Amino acid sequence: MTFVEANTGEAVVFWICAILSVAGAIGLITSRKAVHSALWMALTMINLAVLYIANSAPFLGMVQIIVYTGAVMMLFLFVLMVVGVDASDSLIETIKGQRWAAIFLGLTLTVVLVWGIGSALAGVPAVGLEAANREDGGNVQGIAHLIFTDYLIVFEVTSALLITAAMGAMVLAHREHWQPKPTQAELSQARFLGAGHPGNLPGPGTFARHNAVDTPGLLPDGTPAEVSIPGALKARGDVQPVDIEDVHAIEEADSL
Amino acid sequence: MTNGQFGFFGTDPWGIVIVKVLGIFALLVLLTLFTIWWERRVVSRMQNRIGPNRVGPFGLLQSLMDGFKLALKEEIVPKGVHLAVYWIAPIVSATMAFVAFAVIPFGPVVEMFGTYTPLQLTDFPVSVLYVLAIASIGIYGIVLAGWSSGSIYPLLGSLRSSAQMISYEIAMGLSFVAVFLYAGSMSTSEIVTAQQPVWFAVILLPSFLIYVTAMVGETNRAPFDLPEAEGELVGGFHTEYSSMKFALFFLAEYINMVTVSALATTLFLGGWQAPWPLSLWEGANTGYWPILWWLAKVQIFIFIFIWLRGTLPRLRYDQFMKFGWKVLIPVSIAWILIVATARVVRNEMTISTTQILLSGGIVIALLLVASWLLQARADRKADAKEQEFAEAQARPFDAMAGGYPVPPMPGQQAELTTRRATASTTTQEAIDG
Repeated sequence: MTFVEANTGEAVVFWICAILSVAGAIGLITSRKAVHSALWMALTMINLAVLYIANSAPFLGMVQIIVYTGAVMMLFLFVLMVVGVDASDSLIETIKGQRWAAIFLGLTLTVVLVWGIGSALAGVPAVGLEAANREDGGNVQGIAHLIFTDYLIVFEVTSALLITAAMGAMVLAHREHWQPKPTQAELSQARFLGAGHPGNLPGPGTFARHNAVDTPGLLPDGTPAEVSIPGALKARGDVQPVDIEDVHAIEEADSL
Repeated sequence: MTNGQFGFFGTDPWGIVIVKVLGIFALLVLLTLFTIWWERRVVSRMQNRIGPNRVGPFGLLQSLMDGFKLALKEEIVPKGVHLAVYWIAPIVSATMAFVAFAVIPFGPVVEMFGTYTPLQLTDFPVSVLYVLAIASIGIYGIVLAGWSSGSIYPLLGSLRSSAQMISYEIAMGLSFVAVFLYAGSMSTSEIVTAQQPVWFAVILLPSFLIYVTAMVGETNRAPFDLPEAEGELVGGFHTEYSSMKFALFFLAEYINMVTVSALATTLFLGGWQAPWPLSLWEGANTGYWPILWWLAKVQIFIFIFIWLRGTLPRLRYDQFMKFGWKVLIPVSIAWILIVATARVVRNEMTISTTQILLSGGIVIALLLVASWLLQARADRKADAKEQEFAEAQARPFDAMAGGYPVPPMPGQQAELTTRRATASTTTQEAIDG
């Protein structure tokens, strides 16, 4: 294996992206808010992508951003935002000693991966990126060639797996319509035929002596409209009774 | 990235790179100011108004002045915001909008301060994917803006906006595939070169149409401007933003418009190459002239954006999503299948003209039969609908519809009642006579 000295540009890119991606990884595990963790993770992913591009794997870098940062992480964010997991999750361990176990297992995984991949690659002769890319006329062409010849079955099986997963998600989220979906016309008819009020409720305070929300509006015949009072006020018992004098005054004015 | 394939790219001296970066930055800011003015003028003309005409010649400086005013306004930060994310969001949005322009070619190799360099900041084997990637990072700005505002309407606006952008990005990406197949490359400069005799808009017309539709959805512009449907969502994801931060979102939106237009120009309209009558002139595609053709083509797309906004009403959200997922994406996939088959047939088989004509004829015959069947089905449906309508008309009009007063259906006759009659008895009695 021959090592090539990195030029200045590459070194600058490496040190910026390496620091940022490690910072992102640390932020990911130390953040108290789930959304912040997701953002740190996105930072790490983008910086890794830049490193891939700097190492002459532009396709991998771009796919990393489009697929992982753009789609997977975005879905995560959607879920976190909609579910609203932001009540800074308590740091109490739900399983006893889980933090130490996690640290231990993480380190073990690192050792196994480094050791395994390291020893697997130790005996492989390095052709050099230039030569490998030149074989098919470029990095993208090289990947395409490998995917569609040597690794075709693996590639197709993976895609079948993903499609199955997507189908599974759709089946889980699917709600069967036992009856035909009501049309807009049917919905409006149902609204008018139903027991509830068909349109906007009458506003409180209308035709009364004052326009406070805790005073029921008066119907044309002078009787108070109970539905015009907001439910919360009614539940609290904060409703002002309509002064019966007012009603009489209105009636008198009407009869003139 | 200095592989020999991209001769001139990645070999520029530092000075030239800085000149190009500043040039692109200035161009984008100027184009934004111009586009805002132009949009206001064109929409005004379409609505029989004049539009901004006071500041500078033809009111051209109006958007500059508006920009100053916006930047100098008081900044209001609501109480419930997540401050760090609230700050980052507009920066992400605006930065990504600028960065995407790095791979757009403005012209051929020219002489700049004594060195030969292409009129394009950089290029690499997957630069079209780069634009897609940057766009997907840009969505983060919108999502984070909505979330960090700590308010429901912005959150809904941002979710809508990002769902829309992600959905239409798929159709957009699929419309690129046919271009990649024909150009044999994903680098913008090579795609432009590959359009030497004919533009891809001509030979890949369906892709072009899909892209143009998707790009309107991608930039959240009318008639697909649901994220800022003011009747439903107040102002969309940037409701809680003011002053400079709002200006950044505004800037990002307009730059994104220019970016997708520039990408359409690059991929489908031959990039910076001169259009037909001009291309007869020898020097049309040399020197700095191509920048002019490029600008003209981009402005055509911008005009289309404005035209759409002046003409079309906003779509309903479910219809819009249905259109994206159930029409645009399947049509793109079918079209890619056709293009790929055609390429394989042309590359791998020796095929005679008679065979091409014969198979073409069979396909056309099948399409005719299918369209005839579909037409017959549609006719039957229309007949059934008409009959239903006639039945509804024949039914007597019930003004109370079982409770509340309703207006007559089309074709039904309402018996007019007098005020006296309704005042003395209930409406129902009055109608019954």
